[in-house]
Amino acid sequence: MAAALNIEDLHKTFSLGFIPKKKKILKGISLSVNQGEIFGYLGPNGSGKTTTIKCILGLIFPDQGKIELFGHPYLSLRAKARTGFLPENPYFYDHLTASEFLDFYSQLFSMKKKEREDKIKYLLHMVGLEQSSDLQLRKFSRGMLQRIGLAQALLNDPSLVLLDEPLGGLDPLGRKEIRDVIVKLKEEGKTVFLSSHILQDIEMICDRVAILVNGEIVNQGTLKDLISEKILFTEIELSGVEEKELKNLGESLTEKAGRILLRVFEEENVEKVLELVQSRKGKVHSLIPRTETLEDLFVGMVKQG
Amino acid sequence: MKIKAIALHTLKEAIRDRVLYLLLFFAVVSIGFSRLLALLTLGDRVKIIKDVGLASLSLFGALMAILIGTGLVYKEIDKKTIYTLLSKPIHRYQFLLGKFFGLALTLFIMLFSMSIIFLALIFLHTFTIEWKMLIAIFYIFLELCLVTSVALLFSCFSTPILSSLFTLAFYIIGHTAWGLETLINKIQPGFGKTMAQALYHFLPDLENFNFKTEIVHNLPIPSSIFLYSTLYGIFYTLFVLTIALLIFRKRDFI
Repeated sequence: MAAALNIEDLHKTFSLGFIPKKKKILKGISLSVNQGEIFGYLGPNGSGKTTTIKCILGLIFPDQGKIELFGHPYLSLRAKARTGFLPENPYFYDHLTASEFLDFYSQLFSMKKKEREDKIKYLLHMVGLEQSSDLQLRKFSRGMLQRIGLAQALLNDPSLVLLDEPLGGLDPLGRKEIRDVIVKLKEEGKTVFLSSHILQDIEMICDRVAILVNGEIVNQGTLKDLISEKILFTEIELSGVEEKELKNLGESLTEKAGRILLRVFEEENVEKVLELVQSRKGKVHSLIPRTETLEDLFVGMVKQG
Repeated sequence: MKIKAIALHTLKEAIRDRVLYLLLFFAVVSIGFSRLLALLTLGDRVKIIKDVGLASLSLFGALMAILIGTGLVYKEIDKKTIYTLLSKPIHRYQFLLGKFFGLALTLFIMLFSMSIIFLALIFLHTFTIEWKMLIAIFYIFLELCLVTSVALLFSCFSTPILSSLFTLAFYIIGHTAWGLETLINKIQPGFGKTMAQALYHFLPDLENFNFKTEIVHNLPIPSSIFLYSTLYGIFYTLFVLTIALLIFRKRDFI
């Protein structure tokens, strides 16, 4: 089975400014996205995430490198017909209503009228905008635009969905809704290529990730392979013990209403803290061992890069 | 189908542009003004109405083509709507042709509306419908299609203000290039004549579409001239659209 997306040695240089100065944006990107997985493409601002996506979509032309979608050359209409795309900060024709907008785009997939009507109805329901189908896009909130953007990306029932910062600028509820849709897409067998810097969300839903720093992929693989399961430290919230007694056992972070939040780095010290609390007839309110997170890995990689 | 969808969307978008209605208003005022001019004129008053009316159709039609055409592609790039549009399974040429036909359709509707008012005004004076005027109007439309393609060409790589200036320059040069023909006849054979001839063939000659005088004054026009002007319009428009496409197909949308 061909990879949903295969990129080999992708390079892109832009000439910027009044007196053109060349700037290398992508410096030999290679990655492969398997069918049916959610692939997270991480990187700080300006690392080249959007440029990579624009290359995949044929909006900009790479200097060198190979891009294939399901084994087809990326510029072929066959490849495009199997792809859906949601841009970062989606801009659409704001004079159109939601259903007019989706109808216009669905005509670009040569859909028949009845098929278009059914699809639009289904998608508006899916993204929770059926009540706003006759509302002009200029009256849409940021979250609603993101959702109508997602609907247009799914018009052709794509096998590969490219989402550029789909969770950016959304409130927690909006983020959860979009996250749920992405997970649903995976359940339907679709492949999702997702660029983001909201790491918690990526960690929750992605099967594999690639980390991009300064136009180069510095690490990629499954989350399990990338993030070590070793406990970094344990955070214990306790009461009934004097702060000075804990000084040698860990780092006291806060003290509020008699409760101390302690960060303990060595496992034997956790035992000692628990014994101390027991002997002082104190109370342990919470004990959370912290393993490495994607954020730790990401920050480490960016700093190294 | 895809070109049609983009063309109809362009029509919807253009028809919402207030500039269009402002120009339409001034065109109607200008056509109406010909009635006033006719009252102040000795001789054939209807000819004045026809003259001024056809000139208004041509001028305001060209302004519509320039002011709306130059923003067509630029707006899509500036507002970033082109990102999602070109990510759909369409070729870039389909996008560009859709834009062209959309504006050509808009201009057709505008020209049609202005023509009805114009013909009605003549009817009030002569009590006949001057169908012959439609010949002159048809060639005005061909000229507008060419101006649209030029506006679209500049819109592919320049801002609307610059594109408008460039297209306006094209329009003015196009209507004055015939002066070169006189120059060619007057100068001695040699380098200068060859250069003038080359320039004359390269520059557009929009006077090829100007049948106003002949139609208004009922002068005979050989059918070969009609054919030449029609082919000139079609091929020049195709030529400009091809250049626009060559620029557009390799453009990066950063």
